[in-house]
Amino acid sequence: MTANQASNSPIQEVRWAGKAAVVDVVGEIDLNTSNAFQQDLLELLDKSPERIVVNLSGVSYMDSSGVASLVKLLSRIRRTNGSLVLYGLTDRVRGVFEITRLDSVFEIRADEQEALS
Amino acid sequence: MSYNDARPVKITIMSLPAHLPVVRAAVEKACKIVGFQDETAGSIVLSVDEALTNIIKHAYKGADDREIEVELGILGDPPEVLKVRIRDYGVYVDPSQIKSRDLKDVRPGGLGVHIMTECMDRVQFSPAEGGGTLLTLTKRLPAKQETVQ
Repeated sequence: MTANQASNSPIQEVRWAGKAAVVDVVGEIDLNTSNAFQQDLLELLDKSPERIVVNLSGVSYMDSSGVASLVKLLSRIRRTNGSLVLYGLTDRVRGVFEITRLDSVFEIRADEQEALS
Repeated sequence: MSYNDARPVKITIMSLPAHLPVVRAAVEKACKIVGFQDETAGSIVLSVDEALTNIIKHAYKGADDREIEVELGILGDPPEVLKVRIRDYGVYVDPSQIKSRDLKDVRPGGLGVHIMTECMDRVQFSPAEGGGTLLTLTKRLPAKQETVQ
């Protein structure tokens, strides 16, 4: 899948590693981009990935609407016994997860290799 | 001091989500000028962004043609506190109705007020003269600051 070019989705690319989808995200996730971000993430579930790995190393800013999109994805993928793993969080993005106490809810890994293992 | 409470930085935006990055950039710069370190500056930027997001989503219900005013000032001589005032012209909401939700309840949404109260020293909602809401956020400046005069 490629990101919806007509939208302002921050998803740059979706790569597949077996049954895991690796989602490369870039730029800023805020009220301006989070709807498209969430829509693209949820559409990915139609391809029945066993795991979704979200690469946030290219994300310079995320607010609570971006976090909410990931919470929704986590909730949906758990229903299918799939898993969601995040990696590449910058200090600022990690800070948002810590402030909202969601750093303990998500699987957060250092890099792609760890996220896929 | 390059800006203070008598001569605040004033920014007026429309309630367009696409305007939010502009405010974030300005707030970040204002924080750096008065000596906030990167982590604290980031938390102040996040708080202002969450406040603006709440106004667009709730006070203006997604309308993109309403005004939001942001003022940044420094209180005290010598400078002590950053004060951010955010004014909207929507319906005033009783602060007792603006609550952050229980964080143990993991679901999307409802995190904005929690983020503001966690990151800022003081968060005060009050009715604005002429209608709407005035939100005041304050944050004490770092003890040893290097300010640009």
